[in-house]
Amino acid sequence: MTKRKLNLNYQNKLIRIREFARMKKDIIIAGVGGQGIVSIAAVIGYASVEAGLFLKQSEVHGMSQRGGEVYSHFRLSDKEIASDLIPQGKADLIISIEPMEALRYLPMLNSEGWVITNTTPFINIPNYPDIEKVLAEIKKYPNNITIDADKIAKNLKSPKSANIVLLGAASQFLALDYEKLENAIKLLFGRKGEDVVNANLNALKAGREFASKIN
Amino acid sequence: MKKLLLLGDEAIAQGAIDSGISGIYAYPGTPSTEIMEYVQHSKAGREGQVHCKWSANEKTAMETALGMSYAGKRALVCMKHVGLNVAADPFMCSAITGANGGLIIASADDPSMHSSQNEQDSRFYGKFAMVPILEPSDQQEAYDMMHYGYDLSEKYHVPVLLRITTRLAHSRSAVIVKEPKAQNSINTPQDSIQYVLLPSNARKRYKTLLGIQSALEKESENSGFNKYIEGKDKSLGIIVSGIAYNYLLENYDGGEIPFPFIKISHYPLPKNMFERLCDECNEIMVIEEGYPLIEESLSGLLGRGVKVRGRFDGSIPRDGELNPNIVAQALGLENKAINPISDYVVSRPPSLCNGCPHADTFMAINEAMSVYSKGRVLSDIGCYTLGALPPYQSINSCVDMGASITMAKGAADAGLLPSISVIGDSTFTHSGITGLLDAVNDKSPITVFILDNYTTAMTGGQFSPANGRIEDICKGVGVEEEHIRIIEPLKKNHSENVRIMKEEIAYQGVSVIIPRRECVVTLTQKSKEKKKAK
Repeated sequence: MTKRKLNLNYQNKLIRIREFARMKKDIIIAGVGGQGIVSIAAVIGYASVEAGLFLKQSEVHGMSQRGGEVYSHFRLSDKEIASDLIPQGKADLIISIEPMEALRYLPMLNSEGWVITNTTPFINIPNYPDIEKVLAEIKKYPNNITIDADKIAKNLKSPKSANIVLLGAASQFLALDYEKLENAIKLLFGRKGEDVVNANLNALKAGREFASKIN
Repeated sequence: MKKLLLLGDEAIAQGAIDSGISGIYAYPGTPSTEIMEYVQHSKAGREGQVHCKWSANEKTAMETALGMSYAGKRALVCMKHVGLNVAADPFMCSAITGANGGLIIASADDPSMHSSQNEQDSRFYGKFAMVPILEPSDQQEAYDMMHYGYDLSEKYHVPVLLRITTRLAHSRSAVIVKEPKAQNSINTPQDSIQYVLLPSNARKRYKTLLGIQSALEKESENSGFNKYIEGKDKSLGIIVSGIAYNYLLENYDGGEIPFPFIKISHYPLPKNMFERLCDECNEIMVIEEGYPLIEESLSGLLGRGVKVRGRFDGSIPRDGELNPNIVAQALGLENKAINPISDYVVSRPPSLCNGCPHADTFMAINEAMSVYSKGRVLSDIGCYTLGALPPYQSINSCVDMGASITMAKGAADAGLLPSISVIGDSTFTHSGITGLLDAVNDKSPITVFILDNYTTAMTGGQFSPANGRIEDICKGVGVEEEHIRIIEPLKKNHSENVRIMKEEIAYQGVSVIIPRRECVVTLTQKSKEKKKAK
């Protein structure tokens, strides 16, 4: 190998390392008002702050919180972030606590993006589509993880932690240390007592284990 | 260096606390509510250093803040955009009286009407009143602008309008905070008639306001919040305001923008910067969140052969909030969704909560009114506005705070009998009492339903100003005691409630029915807190 070629290889490697190190995740968190979207966002938020990353997180307050469609745009990066909203076709991840809501944001996803969604529908409208068809539609998209987070949370005797089960299932895509997510849960739920903290830590773990099995 | 993770609303609140405010006044309204809530939960708020109680409405809030400024202390008043309509009288006149202690009015606009009945742009009020307007592009600027705004207000003795929109109000980011300033001490105006707007004095005061305009413009040229950024490609010049700045940067991925552009965050508009852009470019694209205020102000350039693009020529949609995609499209940049939206997605409108007392009230109203033709229920602004949607479809109007009572009276005056009004407890004390007085004075044959759930529910369960005193207020206004009926909206009481409603609807005078049951959301919160306390 000539010296010049070696040099080039080395430079390419440097570029690849830089690309890899460039940490940027654009996440849509979706669901129905009251399902715990803000808690998911808060856990990722605390963990990102601990990791020293920049973040912007926009959320929905007001009328839609009464059982309407709600979402949060969550952006984290090692560089400063301009827009509070993710441009369409640029999201890396959709985390949805409700299957039809996962479909709603599919146009936001980039070509390699992942959809991690709950399979239990939240039916509060008369024209909710056939759930089997909704799930089939999600599975048409190759990068998907479907998980019955409600069932897993119930089995853990913590039915309200379905949102954190989902976060657990999404955790391997966040490029954040698992430990930092655990710390964030302790911080967020700490004032609600040890039982609530442990229930959510278990939910996080159960979600992560489920997702790692299918990959 | 201390960093906090704050919503735009919270950055305003923290900025105000650190600027040494002595009081914040507000009525809850999305997307502005979190400003007051943050101060209430802060150390300064909890320990009583900053006055932070909700006001009955935006007008009383604005006037109280003006009073605090009169006494020489710094005050903040917050509202949603339509709240500024309610506060418009004191707001417009405060520009004439001027401020003594620093006075900032924070108005949160809601383009795309996520939680509002219109998408009016508060900047027009600022221009109308001829006061400086600050429009932050991000959370850090929102924080910094509070410090700058209070200094500006005290330097020129003028109130300052801070305008934000939903996205910034409800988006979180890290903010670097400064050392807090001490509060002002009491210091009444040197001119003892400064605030006396008798015509002779008001004319003088107005000239004072006109007199500072060129200095205010100079401030906005030099404050640093407005920026002229050079660009090599002069085929287009861009003007962005507020949060639109972020969307422009986003489309160039943080890299260099080829065109010269102006970032606007401080008004009156910096004319010198505009002149320069017009000298350099023959075509100008204006990207602003809200109404085309800047675009309109550029119409004076028409004679110079400069082409202005923006919301008027369709480069940007005429209505609705901006986002990175709209900005990309306007600039002809690539902007594609890779995955189409699935046919299985249907919209999911908001709805009343399970167990909501309003649901039982609407079912009873529907039955009591079923003998009459449709279109007789004038209503108001709150959770109960959702009674317009299926399965209830009970109400026929929602216009502005308090309008249900006065519109029902007007419809009754026109001969639509019976006409009834449906209003919430907090909306009633906000702007319903005076309308009820009109109806009593005119012996109007209307029935007013005051839905009392002990809270301001829609915005998250804030204090309701006349908790437990609604019937006393009605009596005081002059409603006959025997025609003030209190019912408990529960399924088991349905037929009894319908009977009472029918009786009062048949009464040929003003009657009030108070369906009273606590909001299920606040009830659940309270029982959780009790459990925790045990």
